[in-house]
Amino acid sequence: MNRRPVLFTAVTLIAGAIFGAGLAISRMIDPQKVKDFLDFAAIPSGGWDPSLAFVMGGAVVVAFFFYRFAAPRPVAAPDFHLSLQTGLDRRLLGGAAIFGVGWGLSGLCPGPAIADIAIVPGDVLVFVIALAAGSWATGFYGAFRSRQASLGNVPAE
Amino acid sequence: MENFTPISALIGGVLIGLSAGLLWAVNGRIAGISGILGGALPYRPNEISWRILFLAALAVAAGVTYRVAPALVPALPAHPPTFSTPLATLAVAGLLVGIGTRLSGGCTSGHGVCGLSRLSLRSFAAVVTFMLFGALTVFVTRHVL
Repeated sequence: MNRRPVLFTAVTLIAGAIFGAGLAISRMIDPQKVKDFLDFAAIPSGGWDPSLAFVMGGAVVVAFFFYRFAAPRPVAAPDFHLSLQTGLDRRLLGGAAIFGVGWGLSGLCPGPAIADIAIVPGDVLVFVIALAAGSWATGFYGAFRSRQASLGNVPAE
Repeated sequence: MENFTPISALIGGVLIGLSAGLLWAVNGRIAGISGILGGALPYRPNEISWRILFLAALAVAAGVTYRVAPALVPALPAHPPTFSTPLATLAVAGLLVGIGTRLSGGCTSGHGVCGLSRLSLRSFAAVVTFMLFGALTVFVTRHVL
């Protein structure tokens, strides 16, 4: 149970709204702009758009201080939720490579795609439905595999 | 670099960082959109409602900002986002993004913003990898095919 349920819900809404506003102001909602960043071959001709690096840089600098100086436990929740995995493995790097190909094909990653539902509801819906299907199928498959492994049917990865 | 918009990019980035920081310090959660979307599933009942609220607030605020901000600040671009990718390609891309972010445990926000600012080695490796493969894909689709 959350320590401060009202604050928890308020911050959920406020953080979601600030995130969405940030995506719209920075124009990361535009797949063309994202592709223009990934198009490093356009650097010599002057057609490259480094904006995405500025978005990520600004976000990382601000978030760094929150992660660095956060209290020992969250203000409104009992504990921090964080992946405990360490080290590099095939799932991490292979998954990131697969994500990168999809990102480069479409110019879309999950945040901007969700935002675009409220901006240009149309083609983006196909992307979001496929994204949810891919993520959930992978999640179910992973849960199935680890259940099988715990029953001794297949070796765990 | 006629399309480069450093100031609005920085302002938007600062807002995204502020969102991620608040969600961590107050709610103890990582602002990774792929994780929030992928985790909005019935197997952890207590973890569903906040995820749906977060995503709904994100979409509504983006829609409102997109329509209102250029009127308040004339320097901001007002043209609609360009969707030039064919539908079939968009569907394949969506599947790849869903599978890839689930396997690697994050996307541009989870690994990119949150992971890098936590100085996570795994996130750093993920960001380098998806940037590299994103750039290779854009190179092939724009300059080779």
